[in-house]
Amino acid sequence: MKINADKCVACGNCIYVCPVGAIYVDPVIKRATVDRNECVECYACYNGLSSERLNPVLVRTVRKLFQMVRLRFDPEPDICPTAAFEPEDLQWPRVVRRAFSDPRATHESTGVQGRGTEEVKTNDVTQRVKHGEVGFTIEFGRPGVGVWFRDIQKMTRALAQANVPFENKNPLTLLMSDVSTGTLREDILDEKILSAIVEIKVPLDRTEEIVQLVHEVEKDIDSVVALGVGTRCDENGEEHVVAPILERLGYRIERAKTNTGLGRVTNSVEKSLTEDVAVYD
Amino acid sequence: MTNTLHRYGSAESFQDDYIVFASPSRGKNDEGSIPKLKRFLEMALPFKPVNIGDPPHGGALRPSRNETVASHWHRDVQPRLRAVIEGINEPASVAAVFDNLQAAENFLKMVKEEDLGLCINISASIDGARKCCKFAGIAPHSIGYSLGFEGKIEKLPNTQILALTTMCGHGMISSSLGKKMIDWVKEGRRTPAEAVTYMARFCSCGIFNPSRAKRILEDARKKME
Repeated sequence: MKINADKCVACGNCIYVCPVGAIYVDPVIKRATVDRNECVECYACYNGLSSERLNPVLVRTVRKLFQMVRLRFDPEPDICPTAAFEPEDLQWPRVVRRAFSDPRATHESTGVQGRGTEEVKTNDVTQRVKHGEVGFTIEFGRPGVGVWFRDIQKMTRALAQANVPFENKNPLTLLMSDVSTGTLREDILDEKILSAIVEIKVPLDRTEEIVQLVHEVEKDIDSVVALGVGTRCDENGEEHVVAPILERLGYRIERAKTNTGLGRVTNSVEKSLTEDVAVYD
Repeated sequence: MTNTLHRYGSAESFQDDYIVFASPSRGKNDEGSIPKLKRFLEMALPFKPVNIGDPPHGGALRPSRNETVASHWHRDVQPRLRAVIEGINEPASVAAVFDNLQAAENFLKMVKEEDLGLCINISASIDGARKCCKFAGIAPHSIGYSLGFEGKIEKLPNTQILALTTMCGHGMISSSLGKKMIDWVKEGRRTPAEAVTYMARFCSCGIFNPSRAKRILEDARKKME
């Protein structure tokens, strides 16, 4: 993302809306500037700010006059008064930043539409997580911290070493140069993104092992981790197997996503899980 | 996708937060899903959702590319629920957000009776989701638990900011904006009702809950954590 210096009036609104704090007013040029190393190309500034199309010279003049008499205009905080944000034509490998940060971007870099994670949301039609299995979503970077691929690789390598298979259609899996070792492509390791999700599935009896493995590896990762654990309910719609394990491990479970089971396969030709099946996020 | 799952707060803090969403799965039930997705959100309207959303296009309150100077005094802050429904033109997970249990229960019951064939999930406190399903006569198929945030949690903001910003699960509402809105409410520069509209525009899926956000801002005005 770039800010057009000819348009920017340094009002500072954009500084506060950047999820990773990558925008600042450069004291030399006196214009808002994007720190390209920290920017994750999430487009929150471009997509989230409303725009006016005021004349930049006029706005700067008014602002200077106000400053001279120590007056402050109190504008709306989510408007760029001169529409100064200009998206760049991102090239590889930087384009992966946007793919993993902007929720409206498709994963063109990985060939997967959306974020590609299915977890339990469509489990009633995909049957991806079966009785006796547990699906994990290990998410890095959110909210607002961001993560480098080189840090994510620490987790993927540890999981691979523990013989944990990765979800085939997950975008991260598609960026691995060697899935058997959990090694990501060398040319993306120095890219920072807003978030990414490692998605795995293991037998129920490995639940505790995986939770502890994640807990151990995350100590060496310079970001936050959000762990999601999905499983099947019994015939009465209850789940009394995985929750007690998690509670025993010290987790206090406050929130969950519940798949009601109302979904049905309605397509004329059903695709199997081994084909290109994905959800639309 | 985990965008509704990892909202920050205790189970009690989700007393006014119920997200019911419909998802088509490619290759399974996506054929002809667009009218069904529209129908899903149409059915939600009588139960007065506080937000609805279609991720490719946004929620009920969206940013504008053509604001004028007048917007600094007279901003249009009316949620455009109908526009969300009419704008659906591709298969995506659409969501309806409610701020009370009764609305969520009744809506879920109606969705069950309608039998759309889409995958229907409810994201809420465990007890809240259980009550909704029981009321609707549903035995849930699967469950996905949030174990919360861990790792370098010292990088996270305070709990009030976190409760606000995690209502956009994609992380589009920055901690700085959350803090700024709390500060502005404390200073009396904006009301909580005004402050939540700024944040809501950044949530591109329309799952931000303005009612819960208002309550959090009111609490923060009295006591900053």
